[in-house]
Amino acid sequence: MSASETPAGPATFEFTADNLALAQRIIAKYPEGRQASAVMPLLDLAQRQHDNWLPRAAMDYVAGMLGMAPIRVYEVASFYTMYNLKPVGKHFVQVCTTTPCWLRGSDEVLAACKRKLGIGPGETTADGQFTVVEVECAGACVNAPVISLDDVYYEDLDGPSTEALLDTLIRGEKPKPGPQNGRINSAPIGGPTTLIEMAQRNGVKPASQE
Amino acid sequence: MPKLTIDGIELEVAPGTSVLQACEQLGIEVPRFCYHEKLSVPANCRMCLVEMEKAPKPIASCAMPCGEGMVIKTDTETVHKARKGVMEFLLINHPLDCPICDQGGECDLQDQAVGYGFDRGRYGEEKRAVKDKNLGPLIKTIMTRCIHCTRCIRFSDEIAGVSVMGATGRGEHMEIGTYVEAAVSSEMSGNLVDVCPVGALTSKPYAFTARPWELRKTESVDVLDAVGSNIRIDTRGGEVLRILPRLNEAVNEEWISDKTRYAHDGLKRQRLDRPYIRENGKLRAASWEEALALAATKLKGSAPEKIAAIAGDLADAESLLALKDLLGGMGVASLESRQDGSAIDATSRAGYIFNSTIAGIEQADHVFLIGTNPRWEGALVNARIRKRYLQGGLTVTVLGPRVDLTFPIEHLGNDATLLNAIADGSHPYAETLKAAKKPLLILGSGALARPDGAAVWAAARAVAEACGLVREDWNGFNVLHRAASRVGALDLGFLPAKGGRDLAGILDGARKGEVEVVYLLGADEIEAQHFGRAFVIYQGHHGDRGAHRADLILPGAAYTEKNATYVNTEGRAQHTRQATFPVGEAREDWKIIRALSGALGKPLPYDTLQQLRKRLADANPAFAQIDRVTPAAWGAFGTAGAVAAAPFTLPVENFYMTDAISRASATMAECTEAFVSPAVAERTGTHG
Ligand code: SF4
Ligand code: FES
Ligand code: FES
Repeated sequence: MSASETPAGPATFEFTADNLALAQRIIAKYPEGRQASAVMPLLDLAQRQHDNWLPRAAMDYVAGMLGMAPIRVYEVASFYTMYNLKPVGKHFVQVCTTTPCWLRGSDEVLAACKRKLGIGPGETTADGQFTVVEVECAGACVNAPVISLDDVYYEDLDGPSTEALLDTLIRGEKPKPGPQNGRINSAPIGGPTTLIEMAQRNGVKPASQE
Repeated sequence: MPKLTIDGIELEVAPGTSVLQACEQLGIEVPRFCYHEKLSVPANCRMCLVEMEKAPKPIASCAMPCGEGMVIKTDTETVHKARKGVMEFLLINHPLDCPICDQGGECDLQDQAVGYGFDRGRYGEEKRAVKDKNLGPLIKTIMTRCIHCTRCIRFSDEIAGVSVMGATGRGEHMEIGTYVEAAVSSEMSGNLVDVCPVGALTSKPYAFTARPWELRKTESVDVLDAVGSNIRIDTRGGEVLRILPRLNEAVNEEWISDKTRYAHDGLKRQRLDRPYIRENGKLRAASWEEALALAATKLKGSAPEKIAAIAGDLADAESLLALKDLLGGMGVASLESRQDGSAIDATSRAGYIFNSTIAGIEQADHVFLIGTNPRWEGALVNARIRKRYLQGGLTVTVLGPRVDLTFPIEHLGNDATLLNAIADGSHPYAETLKAAKKPLLILGSGALARPDGAAVWAAARAVAEACGLVREDWNGFNVLHRAASRVGALDLGFLPAKGGRDLAGILDGARKGEVEVVYLLGADEIEAQHFGRAFVIYQGHHGDRGAHRADLILPGAAYTEKNATYVNTEGRAQHTRQATFPVGEAREDWKIIRALSGALGKPLPYDTLQQLRKRLADANPAFAQIDRVTPAAWGAFGTAGAVAAAPFTLPVENFYMTDAISRASATMAECTEAFVSPAVAERTGTHG
């Protein structure tokens, strides 16, 4: 990977006053002389401030702030896929396609994105509103398949619910986070299947009972 | 002291020795890629696997410290299988383009594939290809060949002290480079080519020039600074094709600077290949007889007081002594070897050498740099200070211009008078020096070339004496010279004799017509107009400044073309060896002077190099001790007095071009363009 493969971005970058204060709080968490440990949260902060991607100026800025050689920061930023070194759409749609999600229909989710937005993984819509990417396990396999989008998880998706989700975003509204099929958190669909007596005592209808 | 058994042999090793090092002590070869003796140990290539009893799987020997009672096997079925497996993985993405690779024939991967490679590939998928990186004018990259050993990253970080190389991306997408595609701006960057075990980083100027087995290798010594780095000169058919470092732990370890390595293309340009005589303002080719006869006539035609000689920075001890014998025998007293006008003289050897020795830097706990940029004046000395710094517990203080030395420094400012204040204890820094266990000061050659150089010299001596730098068991007083000839010339007393003129006196005399003949022994650092109307005889190998002004040119040999003695800044006498013949009709320098003595009718009493070397050893016993430093007795030197308030200035403006050879080098010109010019433009605001 080299800088020539990414857009130049702005010539300079600086944290906003709020972010600077936050950055200093983050740095203070690490022992004296170990401030380089703050590189990942600071890069994340910079990315959030800069439309969800890290231009070189931001990486250099973080390097300067932490007294690191810039290359050490480039190494970190290019190693972790969560740092975007290229601009992305306003909504960053991360579709999990690792085995559990794939078994539960992540192909459908991707297909729905393609239908609705006209883009495949790695692409950005012409209006700059959406970028779709495939990611590895998002850590919510229990409710597979999953999309992680703008810091929120949307779970238990299928084709239609993915389209509905994207429609809500297109309308400029905020969709309801979590399972999209009526499941409560990660409880079994339709109600509890174990500890039935306790559920009944609490007035919850177990799944197996009509 | 752990005891362990390797392949049935029991041995005891120093604590902290790795299994790989223990194997080496026994002469057992362990293949490796990432491990490099002088670098940190990442253990990421896995080529050095060996079997250890009670371990469930093979271990990486480079990273495993020896433990008491360990039983290691390096030659079992499992070990071979494991190494073969590693090799197969390494070759999966390697292009196997040895026939067009410059590393071919001296490639670790190629060599070890012979031992551990499979005779065919089992990998049918697509190989990955990696874009080449631009690392500047010296290093060529073919990154698809890279095996990710990270030696180059560690070298840049640890030895060169410029953290610019790194590994970006991950997994299959990991790439080695600088990310920003910047040239590696370090005076040590050429060593990257040596540390890279494969053909990913190769020498750009040497690209597609030769195969290693075609080369004749000559072990020699570098003269482009006063460090005396040990080198190997690779030649083919009378042409120097490349210069590589040669291990000498006491001097350059296994590194050399980029100038040492790459300036040799200057040996092919602007060479003086035959005698020339100036007639009617123009130089015309002449024969040796004619030239020597003219030189003899001129030397005989002037009174000894009207003759002077100036030796240049590349002059070897043999020719210095021969010239001194010749002219001294004629009564000429105006001999000068300090082209920079330095105040240094030969009163006390301890006053003009690097007493601590370069390796001795590793014992120091405090370094005081006075008016010097060791990075440019002796790159390997700076590398040694950095090495010491990385070991921890070293502090460095600088008096003089502030430059990036690759390690942190305390800056005292640039007020030269502070030297007096430190010496008399009125400056608090004196306490720091006194408190240090093994303090060491390095006095730059530029600091001695000021008008008050003698006072600076004496003040530095006073600092050393007052602050406990000179003791029974430790001498922390060091002069860092730049000219390879300087210490040798001082050892031989190639200095104004009684009643003789020094540099300023010679030039003044030449301007006024009081000096009629000036003999330049490779002296190229003096502007032509200073010689007035004197008859200038130039003996040297390049058509540089000296030759441009000369009335008579006697073509000599460059350091790669002669067997000669040079004394480095430590006072270590070393021999260069002839790798190629002098060009055209040029001759070894001492022989020219010997021939001239014949033409003068006063033949010098030596006809062979052996006889001359014997005479050298008689003149100064230092020349009898090859590659050794004899501690010099402390004595008085310098002229006590107040140091002027003028700030120190650094003598080297462009590291890449400091002498006739590097000034003629196209590669060094490119480096200047790439590394020095932008920095100068930045400073002066003349860019863009
Ligand atoms: S370029 Fe050479 S030294 Fe650097 S990681 Fe690759 S193989 Fe190793
Ligand atoms: S596999 Fe998709 S969240 Fe774990
Ligand atoms: S040499 Fe031991 S892992 Fe590379």
